Amino acid sequence: MKPRVTLKSYIIGFALSLLLTISVYLFVNDHVTTAHEAFSHGFLIALILCLAVVQLVVQLVFFLHLGQETKPRWNLAVFGFMMVILIVIVGGSLWIMSNLKYNMQSPGDTNTRIMNDEGIHR
Amino acid sequence: MTETASTLKTIVHAESDSKTLLGFWVYLMTDCLLFASLFATYAVLHNNTFGGPGAKDLFSLPFVLGETLILLTSSFTIGLGILAAHKQNKKQVLTWLGITFLLGAAFLSMELTEFSRLVAEGNNWQRSGFLSAFFTLVGTHGLHIATGLLWTLVLMAQAWRMGLVRTTVRRLMLLSLFWHFLDVIWILIFSIVYMMGAL
Repeated sequence: MKPRVTLKSYIIGFALSLLLTISVYLFVNDHVTTAHEAFSHGFLIALILCLAVVQLVVQLVFFLHLGQETKPRWNLAVFGFMMVILIVIVGGSLWIMSNLKYNMQSPGDTNTRIMNDEGIHR
Repeated sequence: MTETASTLKTIVHAESDSKTLLGFWVYLMTDCLLFASLFATYAVLHNNTFGGPGAKDLFSLPFVLGETLILLTSSFTIGLGILAAHKQNKKQVLTWLGITFLLGAAFLSMELTEFSRLVAEGNNWQRSGFLSAFFTLVGTHGLHIATGLLWTLVLMAQAWRMGLVRTTVRRLMLLSLFWHFLDVIWILIFSIVYMMGAL
């Protein structure tokens, strides 16, 4: 058991995580509390997701020390396999359910939706 | 001769410890898949409020930020505990684990406060699909935190009585992996449930 972990890696990970968490909070809080909306809804969702992924990578590297083992990298291999299944579960569920929602909606909704998709205005 | 034997013993121990760590890592990855299913359920159901309140109406953002910062700090302090364990500094290990326990307990009590407030307002898990998914996802995380707190107490007692022998240090490393993992999951809950819900 070599102590690969260092104080420096924990401090860097903690500082970056704090920075990312607080910046996400400030963006969202600003959007919710102020009347003028500086950013669009879609942009903010993309921003939250991007910053969440960055923070995940930060914590995986600096706290969980992923990818810092010596070869063969079994931990990384198991992690990669988990990610494949995760993408199938989450992506697949959302895909199937949105498809189902589209096919189960009332005929009026279908008309409105198709008109929106095709850019037709009455 | 005895020197060779002790070197060999060290190598054998290091091998078996790294196997234990890998095994625990595989468990964490399967746990991650459990949370992935719960996140997928939440993502599918989050708009099905059945005429009841949605995420926008229910959650207090500063409160959730407080919870997040507390858990993040506890993830840092358990890391400091591991560094102390590698240095064989028993007093520091007990101090950092104690701080981690207190921060974790504060987090859990905040989460339970939020839950009891929601239930008192009539927004329990039976109210809508959205609330069922919310309580299942966040409740499962809280259950993991409660288990982690119990584990921390047990390991503090073990470190206190037996000192920082090899098995204790190994168990401390497993606990720290578990605790960091729960912090990672919470970051996803914070971003997806609370921050995206507030928009």
